[in-house]
Amino acid sequence: MSADATVLPAGRPVKLGLDRDGLIKRLFMVLIALYLIVTLALPLYAMMSKSFSTYEFELQRYAFQVSDGEGNWGEPVTAAELNARLGLLDEADLASTSDGRLAATELFPDFNFRSPVRYRIRGTVEDAPYLVGLEYHNSREWQEFDSNTFRRINLRPVRSIGVQNYVEYFSTPSLVSSIRNSFFIASVSTVLTVGLAFGFAYAMNRSCMPFKGAFRLIALMPILVPSLLPGIALIYLFGNQGLLKSLMMGHSIYGPIGIIVGSVFFTFPHALIIISTALNISDQRQYEAAEALRTSKWRTFWTVTIPGARYGLVSAVFVTFTLVITDFGLPKVIGGQYNVLAVDIYKQVIGQQNFEMGAVVSVILLVPAVFAFMIDRMVQKKQVALLTARSVPYSPKPKRGFDMACLAWCSLIGLFIVGIIAICQFAALVRFWPYDLSLSLNNYAFNRMDGGGWSAYTNSIQLGLLTAFAGTVVIFIGAYMVEKVQGFAAGRSFFQFLAMLPMAVPGMVLGLAYIFFFNNPANPLHVIYGTMAILVISTITHFYTVGHLTAVTALKQIDGEFEPVATSLRQPFYRLFSRVTVPVCLPAILDISIYLFVNAMTTVSAVVFLYSTETNLASVAVLNMDDAGDIAPAAAMGMMIFYTNAAARLVHAFASRSLLARTQVWRTR
Amino acid sequence: MRHETVNESPGPRAAGDAGGAAASTEPAYLRIDNLWKAFGEFLALKDVSLRIGRGEFVCFLGPSGCGKTTLLRAIAGLDPQSRGTIHQDGRDISALPASRRDYGIVFQSYALFPNLTIERNVAFGLENARRPRAEIRARVAELLALVGLSDQARKYPAQLSGGQQQRVALARAIAISPGLLLLDEPLSALDAKVRIHLRHEIKELQRKLGVTTIMVTHDQEEALSMADRIVVMNHGVIEQVGTPVEIYRHPASLFVADFVGETNKFASRSDAGTVRLGRRTLSMARDDFADGEPLTVAIRPEDVLPQSAGEAASGPNRLAVVIDDMEFLGAFWRTHLSGGDLGDETLIANFSMNAVRRLNLERGASLTIEIPVERVLAFPGEA
Amino acid sequence: MDLRKTSVAFAAFAGLLAGGVAHAQTELTVYTSFEAVDLERYRETFEKANPDIKINWVRDSTGVMTAKLLAEKNNPQADVVWGVAATSLLLLKAQDMLHPYAPEGVENLDPRFVDSDNPPSWVAMDAYVAALCYNTVEGEKLGLTPPTSWKDLTKPEYQGHIIMPNPSSSGTGFLDVSAWIQMFGEDEAWAYMDALHENIARYTHSGSKPCKLAASGETVIGVSFEFPGAQAKSKGAPIDIIFPEEGSGWEAEAAAIIAGTPNLEAAQQLLDWAITREANEMYNVGYAVVAYPGVAKPVEHLPEDIASHMIENDFEWAANNRVRILEEWTKRYDSKSEPKD
Repeated sequence: MSADATVLPAGRPVKLGLDRDGLIKRLFMVLIALYLIVTLALPLYAMMSKSFSTYEFELQRYAFQVSDGEGNWGEPVTAAELNARLGLLDEADLASTSDGRLAATELFPDFNFRSPVRYRIRGTVEDAPYLVGLEYHNSREWQEFDSNTFRRINLRPVRSIGVQNYVEYFSTPSLVSSIRNSFFIASVSTVLTVGLAFGFAYAMNRSCMPFKGAFRLIALMPILVPSLLPGIALIYLFGNQGLLKSLMMGHSIYGPIGIIVGSVFFTFPHALIIISTALNISDQRQYEAAEALRTSKWRTFWTVTIPGARYGLVSAVFVTFTLVITDFGLPKVIGGQYNVLAVDIYKQVIGQQNFEMGAVVSVILLVPAVFAFMIDRMVQKKQVALLTARSVPYSPKPKRGFDMACLAWCSLIGLFIVGIIAICQFAALVRFWPYDLSLSLNNYAFNRMDGGGWSAYTNSIQLGLLTAFAGTVVIFIGAYMVEKVQGFAAGRSFFQFLAMLPMAVPGMVLGLAYIFFFNNPANPLHVIYGTMAILVISTITHFYTVGHLTAVTALKQIDGEFEPVATSLRQPFYRLFSRVTVPVCLPAILDISIYLFVNAMTTVSAVVFLYSTETNLASVAVLNMDDAGDIAPAAAMGMMIFYTNAAARLVHAFASRSLLARTQVWRTR
Repeated sequence: MRHETVNESPGPRAAGDAGGAAASTEPAYLRIDNLWKAFGEFLALKDVSLRIGRGEFVCFLGPSGCGKTTLLRAIAGLDPQSRGTIHQDGRDISALPASRRDYGIVFQSYALFPNLTIERNVAFGLENARRPRAEIRARVAELLALVGLSDQARKYPAQLSGGQQQRVALARAIAISPGLLLLDEPLSALDAKVRIHLRHEIKELQRKLGVTTIMVTHDQEEALSMADRIVVMNHGVIEQVGTPVEIYRHPASLFVADFVGETNKFASRSDAGTVRLGRRTLSMARDDFADGEPLTVAIRPEDVLPQSAGEAASGPNRLAVVIDDMEFLGAFWRTHLSGGDLGDETLIANFSMNAVRRLNLERGASLTIEIPVERVLAFPGEA
Repeated sequence: MDLRKTSVAFAAFAGLLAGGVAHAQTELTVYTSFEAVDLERYRETFEKANPDIKINWVRDSTGVMTAKLLAEKNNPQADVVWGVAATSLLLLKAQDMLHPYAPEGVENLDPRFVDSDNPPSWVAMDAYVAALCYNTVEGEKLGLTPPTSWKDLTKPEYQGHIIMPNPSSSGTGFLDVSAWIQMFGEDEAWAYMDALHENIARYTHSGSKPCKLAASGETVIGVSFEFPGAQAKSKGAPIDIIFPEEGSGWEAEAAAIIAGTPNLEAAQQLLDWAITREANEMYNVGYAVVAYPGVAKPVEHLPEDIASHMIENDFEWAANNRVRILEEWTKRYDSKSEPKD
């Protein structure tokens, strides 16, 4: 057509005026984007910059003056000049940490504390801290000391900026070995989990074995407990006083074996859900075709089943890998001497108060997590494409031998899961393992232990409820704005990016980032530091993405033309939102809230840096009680979390059903 | 370029004066001037201008991607145009947000709120205007009666058939008595029977209410049967505006001829008011082509008239042909003609049952056909 | 600026209006690592003696408390710390975070329990002393003889049967290492630790855990301190608490005023009371060693002469060499990741 030659005339594009709806929507989107910026982007930025914050002894900040035996003072000289003259300390010696000290006598090789020589020291600039003994000095006035006191003088490092922390990290073998360990653990656990979960999912989808419902319930049980709990169970099963210690054949459960077994336990349901979904969408017709072509079962498996589930498998691999490599609770409990990245962060920050190094490890942990996340996102997109294709769902036919094999396989895994949880409950009820196996409730006397007592438990429930409520509101409204607002495309895709980001950020990293960002008096949001609010916010942010995706999926299923219709009927958007959108999405909304509740109850990683003494949490109490050696009470608290979550799930199922019955009559024809 | 003349000043045949309700003396109810719409590099609308009279029923017709939906969404304020202005009832609505415009809209998907009953759906637009409840109830009842769904008021949309749902959507859209009714492919999701039935109903309703209506469709039959005027669009430009008869009988471009109804096409050259078809020359009504200009000749199958056996094949615009094949299509025979004067060309003709019986036409028979001079349509350029 | 304090003040004001409070009462935010079970008793005893002051405890383990205090350096939330390891307070002191104050009667205390500077930045209440928890049942099963000294722990028979705290994350672990260096001298101490490392099953993050693990038979010997040992014994654990003959490192639980507190007077009043005889008797209910000479009465399951096992601990040396020692320790032992069991 000749019309191809025509060009848009110059001029400004027509922009529709903003009505009140548009304004409100934009305001909401900006607010929630701001929320994500403040609770995610800025803290991460603060953490990044902290990892480049170094400490070093700056010798030019100090000047010395030395007398001879008779009290005649020599020329003042700066420490830097002294060092340059004598060549005593090199760059590496001057690098330090926030708690570093440099003895002043290092600069005087012929120092003798018995000599009558006297010394003077002063700062050449405002900030030149040094210690006399342990007394803090920071002054530009000359201070005079005899030589016996002078040997007690230590220079203190000052803050500067550089890559020195990273250099230090990579030159410390014990730290670098954690990278290798983390990858090893994550890889092995991933292979095992995905293998086991695939078998389980295959049995559930492709066999006619009995008790499928029960197996499904059992398989999802690990989601309800903190990741530390399998660690505790493994101690009771395979520790030195473990029931099944002989099975270890002399190997220790404390270390890679324990971490891997525990990781398989807590990642199993996550992998299972993904793989099940993938197997579910396979097309019956492909199998019929294979059968018609007389393809062998084995070949069919490799040419039809595996390729059909490939996106699910890849996704399961990366999700499991990320879960394991970023998990902190389990290796903390059962890792023994086996260092991994996530525990290193904790050790650096809580153990050594070396926040800068904690930030460095966080940045390093962020790399594989972000990488795995990006691959998973790519794969997920393809999987969705596969899902939308029309297919006839597979319906298995009974085959006795195969069904029995499947039953055996699932029973083994089910036994493993139930066993882990049962042993915890048993250990929690035992008076004094292993010497007094009579039952008692002593281990539930949490108020007599470290970890915050029963208030930690009630705090956790409070956190769970607040997170479920506030989180669902924020996440759902945010998803609505992304999905259903007209125009403002740039803003929306930026928002979408922000909403996906939390999934790539390990909890430990988020928690540490929060310390740096919120625990800064210059930050007006500082007031929430140490309160329940920061726990709620961090938990919402940490689990934002899954909730967001759930909401977006539900919203996508709603006709995109509801908004234009409502607008043409001159109805404000919030009326459509409350009368139609929310009721229609109620199942998804309930799913998001139970997801947030359960995770708020079990999470340790982000909140371990953020809880305060008034806001102790049950999951953190499990960690701290284990840390203090009160393992049975830790198991008891872990089981409290389990029962609470199980009850919450029941209430959720019940509430969903009755709510749906009332509000979703329309679903039934 | 022809489409430009169509756009800038409605050509002699496309002029508003021929349109049913579009009285040229009254100012247009909807005035669209020089509308452009760009999606990135792609131009979905190119300098579109259009007038629609009050109470008119106008169809935007064209293949998918022609810009008809884009134009509708620009009018609705859902996707604003890039350039150009739109006036509705004398008011410049070019930059008004959708909520401040005055229209009701019905989509192909019905877009009924699934969790609200039929009556709540219809009442949705009525409820916030501080109207007394009783009044709303009365209005809803009235609307449901209008679309014949009074007995379905308490049901949910999923419990209704597609056609019923679309009627609910229509009732909901007109509930607020909009000045303009926009229908975006409202019948496409329905099966053929229901579609034809609903066509009629919508048209009746529109007439009763007198509401200015724009319907987007890709179905020419729908457009021809419902519209007062049809706007045929292609590649983002208006090809022709006219009554259904004008569009069909006097297509302004080869595209229109081809898209609306069926047509035989032949490449040819202009020669003093005649064109060649096979071994014969045909006279045509138009003579504004330069000699030797390449043309495409378009002949509709029903314009091929069979002559009685005695008629000579030598008369003006007459050709001797042979029947190659005949398909029975119920109302008429679709007949493939070739040979004789057609040379290498083939021609499809629709012969009525009566003609076939009367003239004893059958496969392999020879006959003489006539193509009336005014039915020989020619368009510049080769197809 | 400080919303929390403002709101506390506001609440207090509101309380005043309601007529509930007759006279002004100062609220002190006190950070502590005292045992959870003791807190209520301490508060009651204190508030009975000082009705004009109300204590708000903020409690956590020593490591977390120290991290919290350091993190709040620029905006301290605490008025006083009471019952936090002296070594931690030395870290704060080196950051100029403590307000030096000599409480009334400080001269009555054992000088080892008072900061060496004048006026002192901290005063201690009690001490915990490094000790071994030895599981007699498991020891007998394995045919081991109980160790009597630190040096004994390097005997090959104990291989894989010792658990000790990691000095880089546990204060107890650090006091062990620092004591060995102070007792044996730098070179010999490192040689000792090299040998000891061969016998260690693993290093824990907390100082009381090795003893609890010994109590539950997870290990035979836990390098820990006396308090969890006594606790475990009272629960019926088959353990002996052994004080090695070379002497034990120890840590003082101390009190100090946070520099810049708006409630300085009340804080000083608290410190004054915290070192009284009465207070020391209160500490003695759980702790065998207290700062006020002559107060300590024997504690169940613990020997009477614990104080005599305590070495001369040079807190200043330990604090100033801490970074260096931990770096060395980490380099030597932390990178060997495989557990020996």
